[in-house]
Amino acid sequence: MSRAALLVLADGRFPAGGHAHSGGAEAAVKAGRVTGAGSLEDFCRGRLHTAGRVAAALAASAALGVDPVSLDAAADARTPSPALRVAARKLGRQLLRAARAVWPSGELDALARAFPKGAHQPVVLGVAARAAGLGPVDAAYCAVYESVSGPASATVRLLSLDPFEATAVLARLAHEMDLVVDQAVEAAREVVDNGVDALPASSSPLLEIGAEVHAAWAVRLFAS
Amino acid sequence: MIATGVAATARIGARGDGRGGTALPVLEGDGPLALRRTRGSGSEARVMLVGAMSGPLGGDRFAVEADVAEGARLHVGSAAATIALPGQAKGDARYDVRLTVADGGELRWLPEQLICAGGSDLYVTTRADLGANARLVLREEQVLGRVGEEPGRLTSRLTVRIAGRTVLDQELACGPGSPGGWDGPAGLAGHRAVGQLVVVRHEFGSEPVTARCLGESAVLMPLPGPAVLVTAVAPDARVLRRLLDEALGSLTPGR
Repeated sequence: MSRAALLVLADGRFPAGGHAHSGGAEAAVKAGRVTGAGSLEDFCRGRLHTAGRVAAALAASAALGVDPVSLDAAADARTPSPALRVAARKLGRQLLRAARAVWPSGELDALARAFPKGAHQPVVLGVAARAAGLGPVDAAYCAVYESVSGPASATVRLLSLDPFEATAVLARLAHEMDLVVDQAVEAAREVVDNGVDALPASSSPLLEIGAEVHAAWAVRLFAS
Repeated sequence: MIATGVAATARIGARGDGRGGTALPVLEGDGPLALRRTRGSGSEARVMLVGAMSGPLGGDRFAVEADVAEGARLHVGSAAATIALPGQAKGDARYDVRLTVADGGELRWLPEQLICAGGSDLYVTTRADLGANARLVLREEQVLGRVGEEPGRLTSRLTVRIAGRTVLDQELACGPGSPGGWDGPAGLAGHRAVGQLVVVRHEFGSEPVTARCLGESAVLMPLPGPAVLVTAVAPDARVLRRLLDEALGSLTPGR
């Protein structure tokens, strides 16, 4: 296993289109719920423990070799917002395109054949991690980090927040990210034995409501 | 003295009575969970869940099972809100709801609110297993704390399967002791009432409902299957009920 491969996959400059999405931050800023570093931290913490936890368990399961088709269906059931399902598949398709070029693999090719319109991004992330020679812990770390780094960097643009402050928010969440990764990997090992019902299903009402409100806007800076 | 909680399971079984109505061959209350058959309308049988004791309290294990057979129509309500309270027994309380509706059956599961009083700790699971042509209306409302009170802790998982396929699986965790951020801008943001309305109808498969916002705090979302979910947050139970009633009305014209 190459530790450097993890840096390649987790790099914010990895060409997978994530920068176009705010992870719900744009809707939360517009609604006045995120106004600065303090509320950004609370937003990221909530996202980490809900969407981040589910994404991490999906990615870790895919990295362990669980059938991506069943994981994708489980992701659908855990994503009631159609706007978020569309965003997750769009991000999945973009990540798959990049990953196939970077780490050519039969499993990634098979995933592309099974999901011509894109699979949920965390599922692709887990299969890409496998192709890169990485394991479930690495895949879960990528997923939890993305769940908070996306909103943090989007908020820098949306509120002209000091980038130092936004990065300090991420650093303060590091310990909680470790805990969520541990739980997600544990859940993923249970999925291997007992199927996808063992995946966490943590949800946040306001992330779903905000995603649909956001999708109805005529003009927006971010895709989701 | 070591206090132990109460374990109770109530069961409802509904089937067609052969004359266009619905019979209830099983109607078994248990301890704190009493069941009353009340006047139904048309072919629908109506059952009221009556809390005969307070609770669930810490350590209690409550379960309600409803099974609706082909051709039966069942409406289940409750006489009053359920209030989760702290108990003398150690540990959390559990409340498990298991609903099965066969092809051609219909269940309207419309209980009153669940109120999580300060200091309570409750884990709720609600699972609906439906046949391909079963119909369901399911409402859940969670209220965090009585008026002016800190909320208790609640974890509530809602799973809906249609013909063996899971179309909804989501868990809400809120109250002190829940994972961080539950009341923040990506959680409830100070709202003290949250609700879900699930409507399953096979017609949604051929005529999909489109997602729409019902104001800034409620949305109607088509699920990956012939089902929709309305999710709403509100400052209190009354506003929440109005949002969910309006949403249900828009999905069932003429009813």
